[in-house]
Amino acid sequence: MAEANNTPKIPSILTDEITTPARDLLVDAWYRLIRNRAAVVSMIIILAFMVVALFANYIAPHSPLQLNSGKGFLPPAWVERGPNGMAGDPAFLLGTDTLGRDVLSRVLYGARVSMMVGFIPTFIILLVGTMVGLYSGYKGGWIDNLLMRFTDIVWAFPDLLFFIIVMISLRETFLGQAMNGLLLLFGALAIVNWVGVARIVRGQVLSLKEKEFVEAARCIGARDSRIMWKHIMPNALGPIIITAAVTVPGMIITEAILGYLGLGLRPTTDANAFFITSWGSLLLDGQVSINAQPWVLLAPAICVSLIVLAFTFLGDGLRDALDPRMQGTQ
Amino acid sequence: MTTYLVRRLLWLIPVVLIVAGITFILMHNAPGGPWDRDPSAKQVDPTTLKRLEEYYGLNKPLWRQFMAYMIGDVNSKGKFVCGLVCGNLGPSYRIRGVMIQDYLFKPPAGKNFFYSRFGYSMRLGFLALGFAILIGIPVGVISALKQNTLIDYISLFIATVGISVPNFVIAIFLIIIFASGLGWVSIVPKSWDEVSVWILPAVVLGFGVLARTARLTRASMLEVLRMDYIRTARAKGLTERVVIFRHMIQNALIPVVTFLGPALAGLITGSFIIETMFGFPGMGRAYVTAIQQRDYSMIMGTTLIFAVFVALANLSVDLVYTLLDPRIQLTD
Repeated sequence: MAEANNTPKIPSILTDEITTPARDLLVDAWYRLIRNRAAVVSMIIILAFMVVALFANYIAPHSPLQLNSGKGFLPPAWVERGPNGMAGDPAFLLGTDTLGRDVLSRVLYGARVSMMVGFIPTFIILLVGTMVGLYSGYKGGWIDNLLMRFTDIVWAFPDLLFFIIVMISLRETFLGQAMNGLLLLFGALAIVNWVGVARIVRGQVLSLKEKEFVEAARCIGARDSRIMWKHIMPNALGPIIITAAVTVPGMIITEAILGYLGLGLRPTTDANAFFITSWGSLLLDGQVSINAQPWVLLAPAICVSLIVLAFTFLGDGLRDALDPRMQGTQ
Repeated sequence: MTTYLVRRLLWLIPVVLIVAGITFILMHNAPGGPWDRDPSAKQVDPTTLKRLEEYYGLNKPLWRQFMAYMIGDVNSKGKFVCGLVCGNLGPSYRIRGVMIQDYLFKPPAGKNFFYSRFGYSMRLGFLALGFAILIGIPVGVISALKQNTLIDYISLFIATVGISVPNFVIAIFLIIIFASGLGWVSIVPKSWDEVSVWILPAVVLGFGVLARTARLTRASMLEVLRMDYIRTARAKGLTERVVIFRHMIQNALIPVVTFLGPALAGLITGSFIIETMFGFPGMGRAYVTAIQQRDYSMIMGTTLIFAVFVALANLSVDLVYTLLDPRIQLTD
């Protein structure tokens, strides 16, 4: 008995089994994110637009290309007397344009292009930018030099000017005609924007590779590729995700500007085409009759604002969630 | 300092060369010649086309055309015509007998420089920038001083909207409200001599910069507020006014200045659409018109001018930055 008394009592906190399961960094961030009301509303809006984009052909009440003769210039359904004295028609909820095409259907189809333009180039630039940034930051050498020189050029060339020139000059080539010109747009957007991501990742890697856990990994003989992808990459994921959230609306805006200049999606008359119209082209159409039918211009303008705002608030929410120390400073 | 300035100015040369090279190659790849909009339907007969190409030197090899554009070449009459190095941007392909540099920089007869296309754009740009700074900085300062109050939330929300919603969409809303709805202004004014017609384009153009300035100022102020020297200033009994103006704002504005370079670049590129929307007689609209008319020499000339201005804007901001903050050394 005396022996037992001599052994010091181990505090229960050290012996108790840990009941709370270990949580992933990203899971933690997710819980912080869904407590942010603005971010949740934004996610719902973005999801809604994605659904609309995917199923536009089922949701749209009319064909976006159908010319309803005698039904042109109709104001939105709830307007009893528009600027031209006509009343709205319940069949055309947001009214019709000069040629009698249903504005609502056209806007719904336009979401398709905008969502694609938002996501596909972003995916490409994240992939390329992360890989180049990782190698350039971790290994340095010629990739790093090349990246720096390329950035100097890209930052000297105002990007919108570059997009405009590319869209003009390559419009009639094979690349410019594929997917109604969208492939060219994706390419141009990706070529310019991957540099920004690469620079951000590179900066992260430069500070992360000096950390103790990387040293530890190297000590136990981990290969470079393992250190890069398993140790450094996950820690740089936060800034990458935030960059993605701010890149997407930039792409959507660029498409709208190019469409507005008549350089975006090539017009199509094929009703079975997947990409029929874009918000940029709708803005261009609406601009012509801004006084007589402001609703033709307002509908795509509101959509662009809504989706861009949603991404901005989501980006802010992500920044707060992934890096709580930064909360409220930006 | 001088070495740094010279080096940065010399760096403009490769920038202009690269921008010119990329633009030149892409422009020459463009479908049809400038006179043939539709390559399949020959709208210009072969003899005329040949003469036009000879006149503009388009029959020469590509590298020689590029050299002719950059340095100069002997023209069809055997006379040497100096190129970009002499500030010659070449003749417009669309407007007969007009040189690009005259089109953009030469004011109409009897008017001063500010009435040239470039002058109009410059005035609009500075008006927008002034509006953005004069409103943006006070808004940022006030919302930081009154953090987490209603004023703060409202200005933060407006700033977020201003940052994310592109300026031409804001222009659409404002035009529909003030021009179509209320009828206060006309959408495309007949004359730009009146001051009132400048308000709407300048506000629209400057709104994005205003929003960013306000957000940056707020963030930077919040950081300064927690600094030790602010506590010291208060502790030694300075009035709140002196603390705010001399200690906080002066230090908080340093990061805001760095943003002005990208802001100027944004104002320049933002001007394309805003100028087109309001029918503004500036350079941005000249550029958009050139795009629509496929006036390749005009596109090339304006692109180069825009690129040089963006580079110069960034340079001047770097210089101002060092003047404001002696801790920063120009080494790069």
